[in-house]
Amino acid sequence: MNVVAFQQTAPEGALSPARSGLPAASVRGLSKQFGAGPVIMSGLDLDIHHGSRVAIIGANGTGKSTLIRMLVRLVEPGGGDIRLLGEDVRKLDAAGLKRLRSRVGFVFQRHNLVTRLSALTNVVHGVQSRMSGPRTWTQLLAPREVRAEAMHCLERVGLADKATARIDTLSGGQSQRVAVARMLMQRPELVIADEPDASLDPKSGEEVMATLAALANEQDATLIFVSHRMEHAIRFSERIVGLGGGKVALDQPSDTVSEAELTRFFHHD
Amino acid sequence: MTEAQTRKAGHLPPRIERVNPVAFTLTFAVAAFVIWSMTTAGPSLDQLARGLPNIGNILSRMFPPDFERIDRILWSLFQTFQMAIAGCAIGLVLSVPLGILAAEGLSPHPAIRTAARSLIAVFRTVPDLVWALIFVIAVGLGSPAGVLAIAIDVMGFAARFFAEAMEETDKGPREALSALGANRLGMIMSAVLPAAAPSMIATSLYCLEKATRASVVLGLVGAGGIGVELKVAFDLFAYQTAATIILVILILVIAVEQTGGWLRRKII
Repeated sequence: MNVVAFQQTAPEGALSPARSGLPAASVRGLSKQFGAGPVIMSGLDLDIHHGSRVAIIGANGTGKSTLIRMLVRLVEPGGGDIRLLGEDVRKLDAAGLKRLRSRVGFVFQRHNLVTRLSALTNVVHGVQSRMSGPRTWTQLLAPREVRAEAMHCLERVGLADKATARIDTLSGGQSQRVAVARMLMQRPELVIADEPDASLDPKSGEEVMATLAALANEQDATLIFVSHRMEHAIRFSERIVGLGGGKVALDQPSDTVSEAELTRFFHHD
Repeated sequence: MTEAQTRKAGHLPPRIERVNPVAFTLTFAVAAFVIWSMTTAGPSLDQLARGLPNIGNILSRMFPPDFERIDRILWSLFQTFQMAIAGCAIGLVLSVPLGILAAEGLSPHPAIRTAARSLIAVFRTVPDLVWALIFVIAVGLGSPAGVLAIAIDVMGFAARFFAEAMEETDKGPREALSALGANRLGMIMSAVLPAAAPSMIATSLYCLEKATRASVVLGLVGAGGIGVELKVAFDLFAYQTAATIILVILILVIAVEQTGGWLRRKII
């Protein structure tokens, strides 16, 4: 059986960011404003170290999703510098950005799967981070080793028995776990999750977060997630970063804060 | 007194609040043009009075239909259907890349999108009979001209609807594939086309119905198919043979429409 590595090996000859001691993500003076709207972010600084698990919290409109999307330029930054996995994100051309994105697993608030297709085909799509062509478009055409790896990813999220089920027949929690399996297929070095528990009931949300955290823990991978659920932020991270006023307004180890303190942070903000 | 108070008091509001002079003039002008067109281009009552007995005369001479040449007619009908299938298949296959190039968010460049949209508009605007005339001159009489005319006509219709179907698909899966570093083609083939498939299949079935109807008349301008048989029958005043041809055409068109309708309901 193929072993699904959570972290991809660094390019030959290159010193991996982990070994070089550089942070997995480093943000300096980041700013963002959408058109003539309010300033979302102004001069935000943040370092996230390799292998750490960081929860980003904040009230609506404080730029949590915008921040993590700017890390891989799903949203273009207004100003400032972003270094991710050793790359100067803002200076990357289209090909460079594609290469960087292939190293970063992104789990969205909505699962963002193709609902008419099977769970297995959706997971196979994850291989497009390192392969291209018709054999990556559907499990029907996928090479044997890719299908086997996709099945193993589904096994890891506990959904091997749903491999041939269409996404529109699965529950919200199951769909989100398929999205996690697709992310695993990508073999990312860094995982970013944008409220993966938001559209789910408490039990399913808990399961998805537990799966993500367990996988990150198992592989010592960096995990950055946004959550509105304070109990998840505390339980599944080792560091909590709160955004407010366009900057980092709170930055504490998770084991030193309580839910009540975090709730107060929201109210003060 | 407020409007609500006026209503409470039992007064009805005016039917027309105020007359917009521009809208009134335009409405009047359109109505006048419709009436003028009907009186100048449409048949007069005198013409209708003289024409109706002639139609009755032709219909009476069509019955009973003459089935003597039914084998030849059915073979010709089969060839007509093949022409529709071939033209439709070529048109639909080419409509997929053309639709992608014309779709917002999928086209590689706005200029390419504008060019693709313009090409589709040209294909759609020029009637299929005109395309048939052009291809008869280009490739000669017969079914190849008909197949090309149908293919172009199908592209004018299907590429536009394919583009719209692709634009309307959920953007989430596209964003997810883009976020993991997939290329544009991978994103389209993995996320966009599967999501747009039901709508595209429904459009394709409608195109087949449309192509079947078109393939019948294209023969009138020499582009092959059963239309040639129909024209010859009318030219030779063989109205009973013409009745047989019309009957088999009717059966084919209804069969294709019914099958298409059934398949559409099954898929959507």
